[in-house]
Amino acid sequence: MGVWREAALVVGKDLRIESRSRVAISQIVPFGLIVILLFAFALDPDRGILARVAPGLFWIAVLLAALLAIGRAFATEEQHRARDGLRLAGLDGGAIFLGKAAAIAVELLVLEVILGAGVVLLYDVNVHGIGILILTALAATIGLAATGTLYGVLAAGLRLRETLLPLLLLPVLAPVMLGATRAFEDGLEGAPGDAWPWVALLGIFAVLYTAIGVLAFGPLWEET
Amino acid sequence: MSGAGATHTVGRDRLLDPRVSRAFGWASLVSLVALGLFGLWGAPEDATQKEAQRLMYLHVPSAWLAYLAFGVTALASLLFLWPRTRSMVWDRLAGASAELGVLFTALTLILGSLWGRPVWGIWWAWDARLVTTAVLFFLYLGYLALRRIPTGDPVGAGKRNAIAALIAFVDVPIVHFSVEWWRTLHQKATVFNPQLSAHIHGVMALTLWIGVIAFTILYVYLLDRRYRLAALEDEMEQREVDLAIAARVGTPRDGGTAPDPVEVGR
Repeated sequence: MGVWREAALVVGKDLRIESRSRVAISQIVPFGLIVILLFAFALDPDRGILARVAPGLFWIAVLLAALLAIGRAFATEEQHRARDGLRLAGLDGGAIFLGKAAAIAVELLVLEVILGAGVVLLYDVNVHGIGILILTALAATIGLAATGTLYGVLAAGLRLRETLLPLLLLPVLAPVMLGATRAFEDGLEGAPGDAWPWVALLGIFAVLYTAIGVLAFGPLWEET
Repeated sequence: MSGAGATHTVGRDRLLDPRVSRAFGWASLVSLVALGLFGLWGAPEDATQKEAQRLMYLHVPSAWLAYLAFGVTALASLLFLWPRTRSMVWDRLAGASAELGVLFTALTLILGSLWGRPVWGIWWAWDARLVTTAVLFFLYLGYLALRRIPTGDPVGAGKRNAIAALIAFVDVPIVHFSVEWWRTLHQKATVFNPQLSAHIHGVMALTLWIGVIAFTILYVYLLDRRYRLAALEDEMEQREVDLAIAARVGTPRDGGTAPDPVEVGR
């Protein structure tokens, strides 16, 4: 079996678990939406602050919800010793990484569409430059999913992993947060030209951490 | 396999010869006193920043040390991951160096903040270098938190730690460039303008160099001490395990493998 085919099997498995357990849609998405709502409580909704800082708030909500999704992706492997089963299946480590990361990316993209709609409706944002927004979201999501999967397996099986994961992930994701927010700002302000360097940065980040993940996941998966 | 594995997992229990280590200790003390004398009295008062500028003699060496320490962590992690050089020596070294790195990053931020208040009028500025340093601090704080979680398998934990250190290290230039872009695309540098970063001469430069040398010697000394502590911790853990096994089994099997309980009890 090729690596892609093995990865497709893992994606199928993880997405099937999510579609049956509905944790992502019944818990993680509502969590993201309540965060969007809380920002309106924290920042006065009448003075147009929300619309101005909408890109940053959107990505913070995505980031927080992503932490839950990543924790969840590895919690499912802990139950019923599923991890041992997956290990015994003889799949390539890199393929498992790509599969798990892709499943997280798909979940995050769904989350981003819903939260994006929430931000547009609740914060009264005028959407311009939809193309650059989609590209930014794709690049940022791949970077998020790759680093998340990498740190997910790093913390898997450890005591205290629930509290450790955010501390490990958030500093590494600082450039993603920065790049995605600036690119969204530029896109919404109708200056997509300014957004390109940020999209390139997000792309480099995504490629780099996907490559590290493919290389490092195997050894980590065997150790933990 | 087990023989090779044992040397791999334990490694040497000292980084430096005790006499060399003591020499570094005294040398760091002497050079820090020299730095204190030059920094407080030897160097002239700065024309624009007044006395606050003297904090730079600690701030700049701290920043240098933080980067040196994180570089050593990355290098030691690479050496641990490479099978031919794998040894707990590198894992301990990486951990010890990262601790010093975090300590001196914190010191850099605190000293910079104390300096910023009188000179800039603010405790904190959203300057590229400041933000990068702050992110760096949290990156390695996470790494240390990961290291602190006990596992039963030192080599497995070592691999995990080494990979985590390298992931963090790879992120540093990306953080640096993204923050640099962020601050330069949106506002021109207001803080590090040419007037403030004026050239330094003579005794001021000399003092700065004394600081860098003193801190580097101090780093080697502290690294050695921290390494020794980690080695002793590992040994204690190993002895406790051996003792527990011996207690379970009754008497130590074939003599030399388990330690003598009397000796351990001392």
